[in-house]
Amino acid sequence: MPTFVYMTRCDGCGQCVDICPSDIMHIDKTLRRAYNIEPNMCWECYSCVKACPHQAIDVRGYADFAPLGHSVRVKRDEEKGTIAWRIKFRNGKKDFDLLAPITTKPWGTCIPQLAGESAPSDSMRNSHLLYNEPKYIQLDKDGKDSLHTLESNGLEIKEGVQY
Amino acid sequence: MFTSNPFSELSQMSAFITPAVMQGYVILMVIMVIGGTILDMIHKKSAQYFFENSKKAQKSAKRTVSSGEKASLAISTVTSEILTSSEFCNPKRRISHLFMMYGFVTFVATTAIMIFAYPTTATATPTILPMLWHVGAAMLCFGGYWFWFFIRVDVSSEGVSLFKLERADIFIVSLLTTATFGLIWSYCQSSGAALTTLSFILFVVSSTTLFSTVLWSKFAHMFFKPAAAYQKKITKADGSAENLPADFDLTDPAVQKQFPDIPEYMGKNPPNMGLGIKRESANHY
Repeated sequence: MPTFVYMTRCDGCGQCVDICPSDIMHIDKTLRRAYNIEPNMCWECYSCVKACPHQAIDVRGYADFAPLGHSVRVKRDEEKGTIAWRIKFRNGKKDFDLLAPITTKPWGTCIPQLAGESAPSDSMRNSHLLYNEPKYIQLDKDGKDSLHTLESNGLEIKEGVQY
Repeated sequence: MFTSNPFSELSQMSAFITPAVMQGYVILMVIMVIGGTILDMIHKKSAQYFFENSKKAQKSAKRTVSSGEKASLAISTVTSEILTSSEFCNPKRRISHLFMMYGFVTFVATTAIMIFAYPTTATATPTILPMLWHVGAAMLCFGGYWFWFFIRVDVSSEGVSLFKLERADIFIVSLLTTATFGLIWSYCQSSGAALTTLSFILFVVSSTTLFSTVLWSKFAHMFFKPAAAYQKKITKADGSAENLPADFDLTDPAVQKQFPDIPEYMGKNPPNMGLGIKRESANHY
């Protein structure tokens, strides 16, 4: 079960609800605290873990990758401008901290201008990494087989949260 | 209205509502709160959870916390987390909660004092008590309605309709209706308006709902939250910190040597990093 919330630490501020890219962190209707409504859909991206001002969210990693007994916790401190990790191995032999500056840029700055970049060369296209592009992202197809978007499938996003 | 004790006037006007009835009601509400909190603790297994949590922290503790230190942490929990609601990061939520908390405490305390010490008009009630009663109810209304319309996370972060009620709303709705109907009743009674009886009935129904639904509502958070805050302080003091990383002093040369990114990207005296770091308010639904 990926992310989970320590209900004693959560105060229901909604930051994790706001930031979850999978839209699975929501507010419990009985307690008005956050919880993960669909652990199967969790990407373990740690966005909610970092966003929580009270460090009330932890991750119980998938068992094939992170066996029981380990601990990976993060603290994003906006006042200091640092993000700190603490990693504990389950054999008890490693317990170390990592500290780095936060590199989030102000909203609207540092947007990569991809149109200005040159296209991949033929040698790059034929390389191991790109040989199936653009087939995998369907850019060389037209009509119904072309890139799927909400509009192309006749869908629209409704405002608000429905779950 | 503000200087008259509504309860002594009520016992004067009504044959049914004697001082004994009012005092019995208050005692019954206290028993319901205590009983509801105990049942809530049994149901949620809170005591077991806190006990096991403290055992887990002790296992990964880096130092022992003396009893003197524990006592000072308990005092700082009272002065900081309880009296100033310092756990809230969001200033609006914190201010709203402070208004509601102090308003509720003032309202309930003055209600109990007026009902037990000055239940009839035979003894004159000091004017400070009814004034505080009204001020407490007004503070509760101000903080509560601000929370209800603007701060509630369902409404502000999830786009839920303002008028959709959930089980989590039992506490806040009963708090607000108690304070609102209390003020309306006091006004109607002092001005002799026709709605006195109805507003009084609604006031009693709201307060009974508030104190009887402790098992199903958020009421008991006022006991759990200080315990959780104290436990968090203990984990910080003993070094276990719930497996969270330590608080580093960025100006410390040893820290800068251990983590060279800090002096490289932030300089020797790391400042606040500024824009782009701060979380925006959580309403991008």
